[in-house]
Amino acid sequence: MIDEKTVEHIASLARLKTTEEEKKKFVKELSSILDAFSELKQVEADVKPSFHPIEIKNVLREDKEEKCISQDQALSNTEQKEDKFFKGPRIV
Amino acid sequence: MNHNISVKEFLSQRPVGEDLEDFIYSVKEEAERINKRTNCFITTNPDFANLSAKAFVGEKLFALPLSVKDNMCTSGLKTTAGSKILHNYVPTFNATSVLRARKEGAQILGKTAMDEFGFGTFSVNCAYDIPKNPWDLKRSAGGSSGGAGSITAALNMPHIALAESTGGSISCPAAFCGVVGLTPTYGLVSRYGLIDYANSLDKIGVISRSVWDSALTLSVIAGNDPRDFTSLQQKEKDYTSYCKEGKLKIGVPKEYFDGIDAKIAKEAWNAIYRLEGEGFSYQEVSLPSTKYALASYYIIAVSEASTNLAKFCGLRYGLSKELEGDFNEYFSEVRSAGFGQEAKRRIILGTYARMAGYRDAFYLKALKVRTVIINEFKSAFKKVDVLASPTMPLVAPKLDEIEKLSPIDHYKSDILTVPPNLAGMPHISVPCGSSQGLPVGLHLIGDHLQEGKLIQAAHVYEKLRGEIKYPAI
Repeated sequence: MIDEKTVEHIASLARLKTTEEEKKKFVKELSSILDAFSELKQVEADVKPSFHPIEIKNVLREDKEEKCISQDQALSNTEQKEDKFFKGPRIV
Repeated sequence: MNHNISVKEFLSQRPVGEDLEDFIYSVKEEAERINKRTNCFITTNPDFANLSAKAFVGEKLFALPLSVKDNMCTSGLKTTAGSKILHNYVPTFNATSVLRARKEGAQILGKTAMDEFGFGTFSVNCAYDIPKNPWDLKRSAGGSSGGAGSITAALNMPHIALAESTGGSISCPAAFCGVVGLTPTYGLVSRYGLIDYANSLDKIGVISRSVWDSALTLSVIAGNDPRDFTSLQQKEKDYTSYCKEGKLKIGVPKEYFDGIDAKIAKEAWNAIYRLEGEGFSYQEVSLPSTKYALASYYIIAVSEASTNLAKFCGLRYGLSKELEGDFNEYFSEVRSAGFGQEAKRRIILGTYARMAGYRDAFYLKALKVRTVIINEFKSAFKKVDVLASPTMPLVAPKLDEIEKLSPIDHYKSDILTVPPNLAGMPHISVPCGSSQGLPVGLHLIGDHLQEGKLIQAAHVYEKLRGEIKYPAI
């Protein structure tokens, strides 16, 4: 059910480049993994899905200004910056 | 002052002045020596022995050496999550658990080695040097918190390690390295500042030499945090108060002994019999959906991982390249260079499992199976206090044997640790004997928020078992 074209398509959705060799390897590996995962089809599970293992309640806070990191701190981990802005690749 | 003492002894002595300086220097030297042998650290803290910069104001963890798994942010100290894509990332803030430990006086020794983003069972999927097992340097220290297990077993001085588990990453290295690993209930310890693998599964916990050390550390790091919306509203408490005598009811899940190495199963049963001799009772229980836990876990884990890893794109932090091409080309370039094989494999699997047309069959079904598994645990805990089994189906394998395993063989090694992780149940691995001269772990699982019972059962067993003689490396 998975072929090289599918792997290439999924990889491009995930913004990953794959070599021909990787594609071949992933087809083989992913097929056996998905095959193993398919055993879930046998389970009768007429229950609600658990998105978390315990019940999570929505948490809200007052809409008040709080201390946050400085512009310099925010930019401290990148070389891609100019005039106190992040610099990015061409969009259009 | 003798430096080869336990955490408890150190905290009762609380050395000052020259005694403290001597202690800090000898820990630093010993940790560096061990690191050369085992690769347990990705980064050591250059400020660890910088005593002038420190004020030991903390109480509960007074000056105690602390190692931190490299997926927890440490202010001013490089944090890579075991990945090349974060090879140069220096956080400007501390993860909540790190901050809590620091406030109580803990001193960061270094950042421990791990599988990239936690993707692995043997710490071999690491972009840096592979951590080794102190019991046999040719063998795996376990994963993904392999560095934490390795340094805790090798360093014969007061020390604790913050570790993290998604599907068994605390229990596995604890079992392989012959130390204690405590994974709390999902949400008991804040995940703020943790570099996520899978948000609904990740839990920060402890690896240490003794159950008391883990209980103490949990008392420090557990508690509500408004910065993590999945953080539970739980009052802080002293978990060391559970290190006491008692008689609990043990359940032995029969499915957890299927296909397990015979010597390992025997060691776990011996531990159960010894507890029985102390007044514990045991009964066999059945968790029939156990066989589906692995598939459910991996589908949820890769689905969440594939969305979490979308943020690494070479702009605001981490690996970057020359800004060439349009944004899709640039992101693909950086991500393809920065992620390792297992990360790519999981991103592709997770993206597939969430794609239109497959989502219901894989992702949604996995979440429903998780409900079934939680319900089975809940009904077992109506009858018993804790569940007991071996921690891992095998002892630490040789690194060259691991190379021959397929990805699915890797995943199957998690068969015993995945169910409680999937269900968010707290669990503890405590050393119980050996097989082929290598440590074996007894795994105890408790109901949500029943860490106290786990700690009590593990503590009682630890006293019966007696001291462990760790290898000198």
